[in-house]
Amino acid sequence: MTKVGISLFGGYIPYIRLDRGVISKIWGRPSIGGERSVANNDEDAITMAVEASRNCMGPQGIDAVDGLFFATTSAPYKEKMNASLIATAADLKREITTTDFAHSLRSGTGALKAAFDSVKSGSLANVLVVASDCRLGYPRSDQEQTFGDGAGAVMVSGENLSATFEGGYSISNEMMDVWRNPEDTFVRTWESRFILGEGYLNHMKEVVSGLLRKCGLDPKAISKAILPAPDIRSHKNLAKQLGFDINTQVQDPLLSNVGHCGSAHPLLMLVNALEEASPGDLLLLATYADGADAMLFKVTDRIEKMKNQRRMKDYLREKTLLSSYARFLSYKGLVETAPGEPFRLMPSATVSWRDRKCILRCHGSRCNECGKTTFPVQRVCYHCNAKDSFDEVPISHLKGEVFTFTLDNLAGRSDDPVVVQTIADLGEDKIRFYGMMTDCDPSEVKIGLPIRLTFRRIYDGAGMHNYFWKCRPVRNGRSE
Amino acid sequence: MGSIKDQVAIVGMGCSKFGERWDKGPEDLAIEAAYEAYEDAGISKENIEACWFSQVMGPVIGVSGTVAADSLKLGNIPVIRNENWCASGHIALLEACMAVASGAYDVVMALGVEKLKDTGFPGLGTGRGMHPVYEARRTSPGSFGLIAQRYFDAYGLTIDEGREALAKIEVKNHDNGSLCPKAHFHNKITVEKVLNAPVIAWPLGLFDCCGNSDGAACAIITSVEKAKDFRKDPIFLKGFGISTDAMMPHFRPGFSWTSFDALVTSSHKAYEMAGIKDPRNELDLAEVHDCFSITELLIYEDFGFSPRGKAKEDIDAGFFTRDGGLPVNIDGGLKCFGHPIGASGLRMTYEVYKQLQGKADLPERQIKNPRLGLAHTFGGPPQISAVAIFGNEKG
Repeated sequence: MTKVGISLFGGYIPYIRLDRGVISKIWGRPSIGGERSVANNDEDAITMAVEASRNCMGPQGIDAVDGLFFATTSAPYKEKMNASLIATAADLKREITTTDFAHSLRSGTGALKAAFDSVKSGSLANVLVVASDCRLGYPRSDQEQTFGDGAGAVMVSGENLSATFEGGYSISNEMMDVWRNPEDTFVRTWESRFILGEGYLNHMKEVVSGLLRKCGLDPKAISKAILPAPDIRSHKNLAKQLGFDINTQVQDPLLSNVGHCGSAHPLLMLVNALEEASPGDLLLLATYADGADAMLFKVTDRIEKMKNQRRMKDYLREKTLLSSYARFLSYKGLVETAPGEPFRLMPSATVSWRDRKCILRCHGSRCNECGKTTFPVQRVCYHCNAKDSFDEVPISHLKGEVFTFTLDNLAGRSDDPVVVQTIADLGEDKIRFYGMMTDCDPSEVKIGLPIRLTFRRIYDGAGMHNYFWKCRPVRNGRSE
Repeated sequence: MGSIKDQVAIVGMGCSKFGERWDKGPEDLAIEAAYEAYEDAGISKENIEACWFSQVMGPVIGVSGTVAADSLKLGNIPVIRNENWCASGHIALLEACMAVASGAYDVVMALGVEKLKDTGFPGLGTGRGMHPVYEARRTSPGSFGLIAQRYFDAYGLTIDEGREALAKIEVKNHDNGSLCPKAHFHNKITVEKVLNAPVIAWPLGLFDCCGNSDGAACAIITSVEKAKDFRKDPIFLKGFGISTDAMMPHFRPGFSWTSFDALVTSSHKAYEMAGIKDPRNELDLAEVHDCFSITELLIYEDFGFSPRGKAKEDIDAGFFTRDGGLPVNIDGGLKCFGHPIGASGLRMTYEVYKQLQGKADLPERQIKNPRLGLAHTFGGPPQISAVAIFGNEKG
């Protein structure tokens, strides 16, 4: 039987966190402690998925990828293929199968299972599975504190495997415990004892026991049990009841410092586990939502070669705290922002489509005559005037530095009034890039500051989301 | 390149009061400027054979020359609208001059009108017409803030030193504007007030930015041969230069942000046609595009008024004040008039025209015996520059 498994992996956690004490203080409720991740106001499930994909593959895309499966419950577009946009921004080739998996916190593991089956059957060779979510709990609810935003990506392949897929087990169960109706902004829940006891605990125990039985394994054989959980207490209860040693056998549930990232959480925890894993480790992943999925992975020797891709620790360490609950509400679109100077030029579907190679793929042009590279693509070379003699080259992976900047108080939103207009030189060729700086404190920006590019939502208009690249400071810890 | 030096002359000009003209529409402003120009030239509208009309922001897309045609009842003559961002007024004027020089017309009008205070925005707006993605959130103060930051860094000025030099430019412009009846602002300011004003686009503060206002200005142009039929003191076009740089400078590889090719090229072309070798000493006054303080500083260097990197020394020495070696923006500039985009180039020309005739509105701001004056606008992201040089003597 053909082996399938995970060849590459990468996660993404937004730079912004909110101290849960800030939430609890506003509502006069106890804090569950720690902090939660918050997508910046220019991030959404698509942009976080692009970051995770780039971390998984390396930022340049890989020609051998012939499938991208995207899982979320918070898609920016309700009708329209979100996966196609992610594949384009991740600079994947056009001959590729893209699919959105949605509507359930099991969409991430569902996409993963579909990818294993596709590769095993020979239908696809390398499938990028990326899950990304930013869900909302009702103001004052427990979920407002426990939810987080993030994305995880793994490459499912038949060779060069870092971990092999050893088997899976699934249960389907219909119950109204956690749900959102089409018009709902916030997640609805039934009584917590019903959700956690009858729903979460019972089905997770059943699916994990079922998989262990199917594979003929004792709980002690598992190196790390990856058990996404709605809260820390349920996580501990589950691990104990399944017979795992809480100190050695259980993967960090990322609840204290990130929060539950919805459909992305199983993949994010799996990525984190792989980044910490050693050859021979057995990883058991299980996730719950209207039933449960469990999967078993065996880590290979190849994991040792993946060390330079290990970024989760950096993401967890590098952060900035959001200063107020009001800004959290505003970033989440729950209070309306004054738009600052109105942007009078609406996005145009035709312009975005025509210029997609520059706007989304971030391609510039390298002149065949004089060798100079320019962004965006120029048909007549600025330097030597050669016409239509150029190669398109990707530039989104290049490191750069700030050439000049301004802190513009006129163009920002009311919750983010300073726009850092940035001119940067990218790479050895000093390709000139103009854009906004994100994930920064404006006061830290100076000429010469090292930057990288990140894919963001720049503004909405005409019923469309308008995506483009921005600069962000290079943080020292990230292996970049 | 050919020359039209001393071939055409301005024989009449008008300029509306600039400011927040809430109760006046663009048509009213056009009438205010045009009828002053008719009177100044001693003509009536029947003498006008063609009109070059400058207006950047219309109420809708595609308004052509209707503001001029409807308000002035010019009959069935051509009204040719010009839109070249902030340089529109000058380019409309220069097109009118070229049309007369060609022999196609004897008497033409250049008219600039802008009604910014109908737009509902206190600034010039964000993302104006280029690209819905590449231009996202680009503002005018932001674009010029990029220049200031780089200039300070390139010439080793601390932020405080740089900002103080810029502040002195605005103190000078407000001092000049305080004496100019048609200006929007008449208040004098101090360096301290400029430095402590709210930040607009760091390092630029409120007083580093020009005002936003309504206004109109108008010129009547004829050939040098016919000029004496209209008046004893026509003002002659000595030279001009227009330059539109390729590609938004933001993306241009290697672009320095401390000097603009369009500024250098347009001024040099104008000097060449006018026969000027040493602008710092040969020019008697200059109206330059001070949309932001840093723009005026950059122009000092790109136009050859100051050596590269030495503008600060001239500013500190008061070289560009009303009594200095080369008075710049002696009417208060865009800073005090505001910048109704399509009107500004003609408004600056109006000041040069009056000064060269010795007819400044207040005697205390009349320069002694000027011979040559320069008017200039600079627009776009920025990338387009137009320079016109005028004199009161032929040859």
